[in-house]
Amino acid sequence: MHEYSIVSSLLDLCEENAKKENAKKITKVEVKIGKLSGVEPDLLQVAFDTFKEKTICDGAEFVMNIQDVVIYCNVCKKEFTLKQNEFTCPKCKSFDINTIDGEDMYLMRLEMV
Amino acid sequence: MCADCGCSITEDVGGHTHHHEHIHDNPQLNDKKTIDVITKILDKNDHEAGHNRAHFDKHDVLCLNLMSSPGSGKTTLLEYLSDIADFKFGVIEGDLETNKDADRLKSKGIQAHQIQTGSACHLDAFMVHKALHHMDLDKVDVCFVENVGNLVCPASYDVGAHLNIVLVSIPEGEDKIAKYPVMFRQADLILFTKTDLLPYFKYDMKEEKKSARRLKPNVDILEVNINDIDSIKRVAQWIRFKKEMR
Repeated sequence: MHEYSIVSSLLDLCEENAKKENAKKITKVEVKIGKLSGVEPDLLQVAFDTFKEKTICDGAEFVMNIQDVVIYCNVCKKEFTLKQNEFTCPKCKSFDINTIDGEDMYLMRLEMV
Repeated sequence: MCADCGCSITEDVGGHTHHHEHIHDNPQLNDKKTIDVITKILDKNDHEAGHNRAHFDKHDVLCLNLMSSPGSGKTTLLEYLSDIADFKFGVIEGDLETNKDADRLKSKGIQAHQIQTGSACHLDAFMVHKALHHMDLDKVDVCFVENVGNLVCPASYDVGAHLNIVLVSIPEGEDKIAKYPVMFRQADLILFTKTDLLPYFKYDMKEEKKSARRLKPNVDILEVNINDIDSIKRVAQWIRFKKEMR
């Protein structure tokens, strides 16, 4: 259950960005959650709704985009979305791949007034 | 003219105040704007982790993050390593409560500092930074961060280690690797521990190793049990090798 610590980092980021933009309130928070980021989206939603109260995000809508794992195969020179947790190229079976998305959590967009 | 919004209604007009508040609440008058941020949510932690790594580098210390479920043998492995390792090491211990693990290590003459996380289920880079103030890195070649026993949360947090070792013990049962992919994706070395118990459990070691390499094709794997001192020596060799390769 580290979703609460993640939300507290997220709220800090929101606060910082709002300050930079001289915003009074954040109305929408959009995040990208990798399927293999280790975060349970439902718990993250609950944690956000609990902790946003009395912060700059009070009342803000929370939009989670769940990101599949995407790899780049250095042999095929192509991107693939992994359907299973098998870290080889789905086409040529090479191990020579780079994971380019789906293992991290990002704050993508903020809507503010 | 109103100083707040520039409308032509002035505050001293009797009976107008209520109507004016409505104008100020009107979203049309407030500029709603959307900004693209695109920042890792754990950006601050990752930044701090980078600082920790630089600190280890400065002292020529290899930092290893030990992760596993509670009871897989992290502390026991360290106790046994202290008897045979040809390198000096210190340990930053993470537990919810008690100093028991740090005390166990100190009684073996190992430099150890305990972090009590309270209710936090993982260590983060900031906690490790604080603990580093209590460690004399000039006296060690390797520093272990023994994370809180948990196969989920510690996987999301870079603590500033160079490499991750993940332990999985036979009595935990099969399929742990497939069930906790995020954790085992982080592993540079997987240690199957308590392998002397294999005769008493239904455990397909071959299949488990396959499952580990599906997640991470280049992961190193060793089998360990404390009744076979050579198996502990192999762990020490792996660590010594990684230390020399930096």
